Amino acid sequence: MMSTILQLQNVTKLFPVKQRTFALKVRQFVHAVDMVNFAVETGEIFGLVGESGCGKTTTGKLIVKLYEPTSGKIFLDGQDITLIRSGAALRRFRRAVQMIFQDPYESLNPRFTIFDTIAEPLEIHGVRSLSEREAQVAEILSQVGLTPPETFMFRYPHELSGGQRQRVAIARAMVIRPRFVVADEPTSMLDVSVRAGVMELLLELRRDFGVSYLYITHDLAVARYMCERLAVMYLGKIVELGSTEVVIQTPLHPYTQALLAAVPVPDPTYKREPPQIKGDVIAPINPPPQCRFLPRCPKAQEVCARSPHPPLVDVGGGHFVSCYLVR
Amino acid sequence: MIPRRNVGIEPLWKIRARLWARSLRKNWGLFWESRIGPLGLAIILFFVLLMVAHPILMATVWDPRVYDPVVGFDRAMVGRHPAPPSWAHPLGTDPIGRDILSQLMWSTRSEFALGVTSALITVVIGTFIGAVCAYFGGVVDTFFMRLADLVMLFPFIALLMVLRSIVTLDLWRLALVMGVLSGFGGITIILKAQALTVKVKPYIEAAKVAGGSAFHIIRRHIVPNIMPLSFLYMMFNVTGAVFTEAVLSYFGLLDIRMSWGIMIHTAESAGYLGAFGQYWWLWAPPGAAITLLCFAFYLVGRGLDTVVNPRLRKR
Amino acid sequence: MPLLDVRNLTMHYVTKMGDVHAVDDVSFMIEAGEAIGLVGESGCGKTSIALTLLRLLPDNARFLGGQVLFEGKDLTHIPEEEMRKIRWRGISMIFQAAMNSLNPVYRVGDQIIEAIQNHLPISYREAKRRVSELFELVGLPPEVIDRYPHEYSGGMKQRAVIAMALACDPKLVIADEPTTALDVIVQDHILRRIDEVRKKLNMAMMYISHDIAVIAEVSQRLGVMYAGCLVEFGDTVTIFKRPAHPYTVALMSAFPSIKGEKRKLQGLPGEPPDLLQPPLGCRFHPRCAYATAICAQRAPRYEEIEPGHLVACWNPRSGRA
Repeated sequence: MMSTILQLQNVTKLFPVKQRTFALKVRQFVHAVDMVNFAVETGEIFGLVGESGCGKTTTGKLIVKLYEPTSGKIFLDGQDITLIRSGAALRRFRRAVQMIFQDPYESLNPRFTIFDTIAEPLEIHGVRSLSEREAQVAEILSQVGLTPPETFMFRYPHELSGGQRQRVAIARAMVIRPRFVVADEPTSMLDVSVRAGVMELLLELRRDFGVSYLYITHDLAVARYMCERLAVMYLGKIVELGSTEVVIQTPLHPYTQALLAAVPVPDPTYKREPPQIKGDVIAPINPPPQCRFLPRCPKAQEVCARSPHPPLVDVGGGHFVSCYLVR
Repeated sequence: MIPRRNVGIEPLWKIRARLWARSLRKNWGLFWESRIGPLGLAIILFFVLLMVAHPILMATVWDPRVYDPVVGFDRAMVGRHPAPPSWAHPLGTDPIGRDILSQLMWSTRSEFALGVTSALITVVIGTFIGAVCAYFGGVVDTFFMRLADLVMLFPFIALLMVLRSIVTLDLWRLALVMGVLSGFGGITIILKAQALTVKVKPYIEAAKVAGGSAFHIIRRHIVPNIMPLSFLYMMFNVTGAVFTEAVLSYFGLLDIRMSWGIMIHTAESAGYLGAFGQYWWLWAPPGAAITLLCFAFYLVGRGLDTVVNPRLRKR
Repeated sequence: MPLLDVRNLTMHYVTKMGDVHAVDDVSFMIEAGEAIGLVGESGCGKTSIALTLLRLLPDNARFLGGQVLFEGKDLTHIPEEEMRKIRWRGISMIFQAAMNSLNPVYRVGDQIIEAIQNHLPISYREAKRRVSELFELVGLPPEVIDRYPHEYSGGMKQRAVIAMALACDPKLVIADEPTTALDVIVQDHILRRIDEVRKKLNMAMMYISHDIAVIAEVSQRLGVMYAGCLVEFGDTVTIFKRPAHPYTVALMSAFPSIKGEKRKLQGLPGEPPDLLQPPLGCRFHPRCAYATAICAQRAPRYEEIEPGHLVACWNPRSGRA
C-alpha cells in the first residue's frame, strides 16, 4: 500500500532583493519557489530537476526547515511542519528528516574527526553513553562502505577522498535513522568512477532503512537512474511532473524538451539536434504574471501571452504538465 | 542486519590526546619553519629567564637591602647616584640609588601578567561576541558593531586618565580595563568577519538539520574555527597592553610599584632625560626591554600567522 | 607532419612529501584542424599536460623529459622569448573557470583589447574591431562589449573568455573544462559554437574534460588518462565501439545516460592512487578486475592494437586480433 510521506501545498518562498535606491521603496522579491505542489510516497525517490537558480535547492531547504516558507504548507506524515517552532516537536522533526549536501569538502567540519561528525547528531538526540555512540558510529560506517570502521573513525576529513567524505556525510544523515532525506546533488562533485558507488549506496540504504528521498539534481541522466518520479523546475515553478521514464521518453513541456535535448549523449555516432530554446535564463525578480517560460519558449502562442502562468494539469497517468499548448 | 561491532579499541580520550599531540607537532613544525616565530619565542624565553632568575638572585647573591627594586639603596656609593654600570651594578643605579638590573628583572613579571591577562580577556570577549554577532546577525550584530566603532574611536588614554581619578589603577585593574575595552573594540569586528565565513559553511547547516541549538553550533563549530585567529590576535594584544602600560606609567598615572614605564618615569622626573646619552643606563635598558618584548610577541604573532593562514606558507 | 607531436612527456611536482608523478611518459599527436579530447578524473594529470605544453607550469614543477613538437619545433627547448610568441598566436588556452578570472573593474571589451595589444602590434581601434568580430564569432551581441563582467551571465562570460583565446588566430586551442560550471543548455550552445568556429577557422582543438559524454560529442579522437598516464588513445568512434583498456570500459559503464535501456551502473572499487607513491607496474592494477601477475610488476607498453588505436594494457579487452 502506498502512503504519502511528504506533501507540499502551494509552497512559496520569496527572498527580498537589497535595493540601494533611496527614492522609491518598491519592494522587489526573487520568487525562488513559487506555488509548488508535489507529494512524495513512502519509500520513493522523488527527483527535483532543473538548472542552477531554478529553486530546487531552496525547495530542499524548505523541507528540512533551514528556511521557512513565505506561504504554503508542508506536511510530513500529515503534520504541517511549517507550524513547528521549537521544543519536542522540533526535535522529533529533526530526527525524522535529514539532508545530504552537495559539497563533501565543505559539509564536514575540518576540525572534527569522522567520529565527531557522525556522533554529533547522536549526541544532540540524547545518546548519552559514549560506548553506545561509538558502537553506532562504527555500525553506520560499515553500512556506508567505510570498512573497517576503526581505520576511519579518527581521521580528519582532509585525509579522505571526495567519495569517502560523501560517504561520511551520508553516514551522518543516516545515523539517527531518518524517514525522509533530502539529497542535494550528492554526486555532482564526485569523480566519475566513485559516483556510481555513491548512487548505489543511496539505493541500498533505501532498501535497508526504508527511507524516502527527495533527490535534487541538475543531471537528468542521474535523475533517470535514481528516481521513480521526477519534477522539472524552471524559475521557481514546477513545469512538468511524472514518472521518470515517461517524462524522459515523452517530455511534453517545451522546457523539458529543450533540457533533454541539451544533455550530451555518450555515443559518438549519435547526432543530437540542438535544443529549441531562446535566450538566457533570467532571475525571477518580480516576474510578470504570464508563463515563466514565455520569453524563451519556441512554441509560444498568443494564448500564452494573454493568460496567467498555466496550472499544472494531469494529462493522464499522473503525468502533469504546466503548459497551455499541451492538453 | 550487520552485527554490532564493539569498537573496544582504545578509550576515546587516549585517541583524542594522540590526535591533539599530532596536530600540535605539525603546527609546531610550521611555526618553526616561519623562522621569525621561534626568534620571538626565544626572546620571550629570555625574559622569562630574567623573571625567574630575580627571586633566586635576591635569595642568594643579592642583598635585599641594596638590590630590592623598590626600596633598595646602595650606601657604599652615596652621592654618586645615578651611577654608571659597574661590577656591583651591571646596569648602573637610578637617581635614588636602586639597582637598574634588579628593577628590570623584577618588572618583567608584571609586564607578563599585565600583557597576558589583558590579552586573554580581550580574546575571550572578542571571540564570544564575534561568534554571537555572526550567528544571530540583526539587532544583536548591529548593537555590538556600533559599540565596537564607538570603542575604537574613543580616546583610550584620556579615558584611562579620567578613570584613574575615580579609582586607583593597579596592575590587575588596568589589565581588566584594557582587556574589556579592546575586547569590545576592533578585535570583535575581525573575529566576527572570520565567524561569518564559518557560518555560511554547509557543515553549519548540517548541524542545524541534525537538531543542534544555536548554543551548540556556536560552541562546537564556530568558536573552534575562529580560535586560531583569536590566538593570533592575542599575541598582538600583548604588545598593545605592554605599550599602553609604559605610556601610562611614564605619565605617572598608574598605581604600580615598579615597571619599565616607571623606570623611565623616574629618570624623567629626576631630570636625567634631557642630557641625552649621558645617563643612558637610566632609560636605555627599560626602553630596550619594552621594545624587545613587544617585538617578540609581534614576531610570535607573525609566526602563528603562517600556521593559521595557509596562504602565507611557502610551498 | 602533425600540428602537435607530444613524445614521452614526463613531469613531476616537487613537494615536501616527495615527488607527485603528475604526467608520466605521455605521447600523442594532433593533426591540423582536428578536435581531440582528453578525459580523466580530477588529478589524473590532464590539466598538467596542457600546462606543460604551454610551459606555464608552477615553480615546483620539474620537467623531466620528452618532446613537444609544434609544427616541427621542439617547444621544450626554445627560449622563453620565442615561447611567448607561440602562446596565444600558435597555441592558446581556455583555462578552467576562466570566466571567473575577468577583472570586475574593467569593461570586458577593454580586457580583451588589452590582451590583443599585448600580442599583436595593432592600434586600439583595430583591436576593437577585432573584438567585435570575435564577439560575433562566439555569439555575443556587439552591445555587450562595453559592459562590465557582472552584467554578463555565466555563459556570456565563458563566451568572452573563448573570444579572448581566439583573438590571435591560434592554430591550436586547448579548452580545459570549458563548460563545467555551466547548465546543460548553455553548455550545448557553447560547444556547438566552438565547433562551428573550429571548422570555419580550421584550427585544432584539444578538449579536456571529466565528462565522457561531452568528449564523445565534440572530439574526433580521444585520449583517456588515468593517474598521470595516457592509457588509451584513438579514434572516438572506435574507442566507444571497442574500448580496450579496462579503465575506459569502467568509465563508460559508470556513466548513466538518458538514451537507451536503463542499465545498472558499474562503479570502480577503491580510489584513484596517490601520485606521491603510484602503484608499481600498471597504475590501474589495484582497481582492475582483469589484473594478472605481470600488471603489478611492470608497466605495460603503450602500443597500437589496431591502426591508430593505442593502449597501455597487458590484457586489453578487445581490438587485438
